[in-house]
Amino acid sequence: MDNLTNTPVPLDGLSGFFQGALDSFISQIPFWQDILLPALWNGLLVTMQLVIMTAPFGFLLGLLVAVSRVYGPKPVKWLAQLYVIFFRGCPLLVLLFILYFGLPSIGIVLGSFMSALVGFILCNSAYNSEYLRGGLQSIKRGQLLAARSLGMTKAQGVLYVVVPQALRRALPGVSNEFIYLIKYSSLAYVVAVIELTGAAKIIASKYFMFFEAFAAVGVFYLVLVTITTLGVHWLEKKYAIPGVSGVDGKVTKEH
Amino acid sequence: MSDVPILKVENLCKSYGDLEVLKSVSFEVHKGEKKVFVGPSGTGKSTLLRCINQLTLPDSGFVYLNGEEIVHSGKKINAYRQKMGMVFQNFNLFDHLTAVRNVELALLKVKKMDKKSAREKAMYELEQVGMADRAYFYPAQLSGGQAQRVSIARALAMDPEVMLFDESTSALDPELKREVMEVMRTLAAQGMTCIVVTHEMKFATSFATEIYLMEKGEIVEHGPPSEIPTSPNFVKTRAFMGSYADE
Repeated sequence: MDNLTNTPVPLDGLSGFFQGALDSFISQIPFWQDILLPALWNGLLVTMQLVIMTAPFGFLLGLLVAVSRVYGPKPVKWLAQLYVIFFRGCPLLVLLFILYFGLPSIGIVLGSFMSALVGFILCNSAYNSEYLRGGLQSIKRGQLLAARSLGMTKAQGVLYVVVPQALRRALPGVSNEFIYLIKYSSLAYVVAVIELTGAAKIIASKYFMFFEAFAAVGVFYLVLVTITTLGVHWLEKKYAIPGVSGVDGKVTKEH
Repeated sequence: MSDVPILKVENLCKSYGDLEVLKSVSFEVHKGEKKVFVGPSGTGKSTLLRCINQLTLPDSGFVYLNGEEIVHSGKKINAYRQKMGMVFQNFNLFDHLTAVRNVELALLKVKKMDKKSAREKAMYELEQVGMADRAYFYPAQLSGGQAQRVSIARALAMDPEVMLFDESTSALDPELKREVMEVMRTLAAQGMTCIVVTHEMKFATSFATEIYLMEKGEIVEHGPPSEIPTSPNFVKTRAFMGSYADE
């Protein structure tokens, strides 16, 4: 015991290690400041453009497909189902290759960004449509019957009565898909869109700083996803209605 | 005036597969009349109501609203349905809307009223059923009786010419039944034409101008409330109905 407590701690060695790490970090500051972060920032802007432009179209198209599947006449139903089978079944990577490398051979040139955007919208909408379909089908039949009994058309009943409730039920799924979208937007790199991951890859290879570049990218994605998650919680709370969504809503006085 | 019935049902038939739910049902309703349909469960009473406003499409037969045939009216059915207010057993209030917005939704979207008049009309109807103080509550925050009163207000807001009550008190506790029946009686006293499907015999006899006894998809007997409860047919059927004792 005494021996142990009296053993001198090799303070020099430990502080030497920290000193070394600190020195190496300080020596890297110019790299972070002048090269890595600006590149990642530009990449981030592209990623955000992709995500922000994909999300609304992916959502609306998904809703259209879901409503068609649940309430459409037979041919429309089949068409919508085919859409889901195809775009959910096709790996996104393959889809992007087809759009970017395949389509030009039949004379359609979309360009990098457009190929990525179209690919994401198709994939995102196919997945969203399944979450939304689940939401639509979970609404009791009596809701639409009541709407129709008041003289609403089927479309009005679906739009004003069923969809608002279904959206609240599908929100967790749809937001999950949104978070996936943030992450799979990194696949845009394969069709030469320099987004977040692409930017990191370029810098990493050029300066041989793989750990630093990808660690930084990881943090960027983490922040994006965290902000989104908070946003979704806020949305769920804001639109919560007692008896409709899981979160307890307050009685609100509306005007 | 009472020559043309508000509602005339002629040889209405409906089958689900091999099961004949309605076997050529016919009757007429004139303005201000209260027709009450009683009979064992599964005899097609609810189906009859739904075939009247075409929520269920009949296989054959005709329904005339103020002399106009509505079974084959295509898109015009939406206009006809407004004139036939329906109250469901399970209320079917729109779960995502407060009481007042439940009432005003169709006013805004179907009648295309402006927001202010729709809200005024909705509040007026809620007052009529004694629910104005719960106007900003969601359906999940209302008791069954309150929810049913809101759903009556919702139907009334469309200014219907006839009200269809589909076992509108069956899902309620005895006390809550009473508050809904009270609203129905008030409506009836104001001269509203009503077609009611119910299992409450006591309510039926005191409410109806005419009681229809249904069995296996057919009207087996009908007459004034003074006669039906003592008719041999009813006494015979009564045994199968079981829960006809009112509270």
